Amino acid sequence: MFKNFLPNKILALNSKFIFKIAKIMILVLFVGVIYSLFISPPDYIQGDSVRIMYVHVPSSFIALGCFAFIGVVSICNLVFKIKFISLMAKSLAPVGLIFTITSIVTGSLWGKPTWGIWWAWDARLTSMVILLFFYFIYILTWKFVINFKKANTISSIIAVIGLFNLPIIKYSVEWWNTLHQPSSITLTSAPAIHYTMLVPLLIMLIGFTIYSVIIFLMRYKIEIMKFKLNKKNKIN
Amino acid sequence: MFTQKVKLRIIYSIILAILASAVLYITLKSLEENVVYFYSPTDIYNKTSILSNTTIRVGGLVKEKSINKKGTSINFVITDLKNEIIISYKGLVPNLFSEGKGVIAEGKLKDKKYFVADKILAKHDENYMPPEVKKALEDSK
Repeated sequence: MFKNFLPNKILALNSKFIFKIAKIMILVLFVGVIYSLFISPPDYIQGDSVRIMYVHVPSSFIALGCFAFIGVVSICNLVFKIKFISLMAKSLAPVGLIFTITSIVTGSLWGKPTWGIWWAWDARLTSMVILLFFYFIYILTWKFVINFKKANTISSIIAVIGLFNLPIIKYSVEWWNTLHQPSSITLTSAPAIHYTMLVPLLIMLIGFTIYSVIIFLMRYKIEIMKFKLNKKNKIN
Repeated sequence: MFTQKVKLRIIYSIILAILASAVLYITLKSLEENVVYFYSPTDIYNKTSILSNTTIRVGGLVKEKSINKKGTSINFVITDLKNEIIISYKGLVPNLFSEGKGVIAEGKLKDKKYFVADKILAKHDENYMPPEVKKALEDSK
């Protein structure tokens, strides 16, 4: 599995392959949008505004998942010093940032009709903003620290610190009184969402995941090219 | 399997992770007062001093058959099934505000049983289902 992400394998990656999975993504997202907007029923109390969930929840999942990946890769980078591995984290960061922003914006749009306000500084929302800042700092470190080795170490340390924020986001709704409701989908018990609403949610999650993979593969290839070129030019 | 250097780094990072978690836990524990978004009626009941001049939030469930509307002003009771607090409010309530549902009131405490709100927020739970399913559930009760 890991061998497929080695630099030479990625450089040999055919753009036809990316086109293929892009086609699958468009199909999945098309089905997901149709399902979530027209086929799935409105909620018994929230009505049609529940449809925001089909974008909000997958975005949040991927935002957290991407940062978990970046954090784990950063630990591997700091401990094992595997060359190129941090480029994987670097190429995934913008995807996570975009989905964090999507999650916050859709959450805000959803908050107005349900809670009655756009924004509240409760634990879940605040920790999500902190995640957004971590993404910004992580990406800016790569942008502004020119020396590759330095940027590699600093960004990895930032990612590892940010990793501690993830359980806080996840469990904030259980540990403290928050305006945000507890998780509907948990590993331990049956989902609190009716299956007619769960299916479009999962379809959208698959669609967003394929999108993330496509962007990741494209960026990762470019990052490796840049890295190899820099080595030849002896800039670093 | 690993060289001595890598082994040291692994041990070092594990110790760091444990210590950092401990620091984080202590910090969050001591900041708990500020992290909670609202107090429950029981929290208010257990408070020794009444903060009558600061704006706070009280949350819980709207007690069944407690809503009393008179023009634009509304009175109701927030309960956490142990303690209760009477809320008085003037203005519009959110659409999701109803009996038996979660609610958060923002305002000032007059005494331990009486709260004047200047903002009402609806809090919804994690259950999502179509109206027909809800109806079927209620019919089967």
